Amino acid sequence: MDLIAEAIHHRYGDMTVLDSVSLTVKSGEIVAILGPSGCGKTTLLRLLGGLERPTSGRVSTSGDAPADSLNPLTYIFQDFALIPWRTVAENVRLPLEHHGMTSNERSRRVADALARVNLAEFANAYPRQLSGGMKQRVSIARALAVNPAIFLMDEPLSALDAQSRELLMDDLVRLWHETRFTAVYVTHNLAEAVRLGHRIVVLSRRPGRIRDVISIDVPLADRRDGHPELIAASARIWSLIRDEAANADRELADAL
Amino acid sequence: MPYDLRPVPFRGGGFAPKHLRFFGPATFLAVLAYWWIGTHLGWISPIAMPTPMEVARALIDMVQTGELWQHLGASLQRLLIGGAIGGISGVIVGFAIGLSSIARSTALPLVSALFPIPKIALLPLFIIWFGIGESSKYATIAFGVFSPMVIAAFGGVDGVDRNLIRMAQSFGIPTRDIIAKIVLPGALPALLSGVRIAASIGIILLTAAEMIGAQYGVGAMVLASGNLMQTDRLIAGVLILSALGLTVAFLIGCVEKTVLKWRG
Ligand SMILES: Nc1ncnc2c1ncn2[C@@H]1O[C@H](COP(=O)(O)OP(=O)(O)OP(=O)(O)O)[C@@H](O)[C@H]1O
Ligand SMILES: [Mg+2]
Repeated sequence: MDLIAEAIHHRYGDMTVLDSVSLTVKSGEIVAILGPSGCGKTTLLRLLGGLERPTSGRVSTSGDAPADSLNPLTYIFQDFALIPWRTVAENVRLPLEHHGMTSNERSRRVADALARVNLAEFANAYPRQLSGGMKQRVSIARALAVNPAIFLMDEPLSALDAQSRELLMDDLVRLWHETRFTAVYVTHNLAEAVRLGHRIVVLSRRPGRIRDVISIDVPLADRRDGHPELIAASARIWSLIRDEAANADRELADAL
Repeated sequence: MPYDLRPVPFRGGGFAPKHLRFFGPATFLAVLAYWWIGTHLGWISPIAMPTPMEVARALIDMVQTGELWQHLGASLQRLLIGGAIGGISGVIVGFAIGLSSIARSTALPLVSALFPIPKIALLPLFIIWFGIGESSKYATIAFGVFSPMVIAAFGGVDGVDRNLIRMAQSFGIPTRDIIAKIVLPGALPALLSGVRIAASIGIILLTAAEMIGAQYGVGAMVLASGNLMQTDRLIAGVLILSALGLTVAFLIGCVEKTVLKWRG
């Protein structure tokens, strides 16, 4: 399933947050969306998944989701959004409960999803008993349980420490190789974007506009530190970001 | 090792009161002893205060004649029925205010206006409406319990993490499931602390209503004893009310412990 955004404009009151954003996410590809804080990344993601309506423009999908997908567009949130009074397994079960299926089938999906993020032993733990990285893996398991066509991830690693972040990035790469999932991956971290994105969409400061889209052809499995093509891509993206920052400073100076 | 060593003075500690065992019972014993000695030595006038033994005898007497159960039964029935009517309707209205703009705009001002009325002032009106029997007492208690439960319920709903609700919506979970699985359990801690407040208001109103017009009930018994200068029975009744309040608080504490186990 492809996800297509056409000429998205979005305003909150008088403030334009997104301006003519058009974007196609192809099936099986991870599109990283990179931009400075407050440029409208979260807003864009909420529009893409239908949690909010754009002021103008259109979001659509094309092609069918897998037959057993229970929730084609599935979010993974920055703050995990786990229910504190439910155990790990009950959290993963939540999005399955309103679908007609036998309780065996439900338990099987839960166990399967937890196994894929290596949390099988923690099925009966409560979220407060887990580390940040484990919490995010629970929320990934919850998403896997509904077998999405497209993952919408909002800075899934930014609440984590550097080590957990590295480990979870490896997990995501492994999961991608297992299922070739489609994803929109919002981040403000250049290294994450370069590590996980097949294409990287660089947004400008607010109002968010697409500055550039950079494709990286290196397969995810081969993306090691110091890979020349990654260094080149990083340098290019970095110069875009730096221009933005310089413009911001200049505007500030002019305003004084 | 330098020879001008000065220990760094300790400046921390304190501000962490602990629960010391035996001090609680000891305090009760001290009060009891003061009472006992005071009444026996005559510092405390026998008209003002019976001796502890007399109060105990009055209590035992009431147990033996079955009078205690008659009064306590009548009081408990009023508290439970009135409390249930007021509590359940309060939670329903509170949830409506927490979930719907129309309910919030219409019911909330009304509840805010009702809240400051001392509910006992309405008892005469309820007696005119429902007669002197049980219904007017149920109504008074229900009314008194209603507003704090409304306020606890809608405060609880307002306090539910909106990110959890958005998460549930993003998985396509139907609204009634979101209310049952996220809003209701999320509001539960606030509901339980509302029940605590409502229960103590309920006991106050229960006693007041029984004093205004009832044959049986702990409040009626206390008033009648006062009119007859039977201070032993009067104090016994007051002790029963204290025990009633403590029992209710203890039961709510047990419910909190089991229901909110996930907090650790
Ligand atoms: N519901 C809302 N109502 C009004 N303004 C909003 C709302 N949501 C976001 N905004 C504003 O829109 C702008 C973009 O917000 P958004 O959360 O999309 O940015 P972001 O790129 O995700 O930022 P961050 O990197 O800090 O997460 C911000 O200025 C924010 O204050
Ligand atoms: Mg954001």
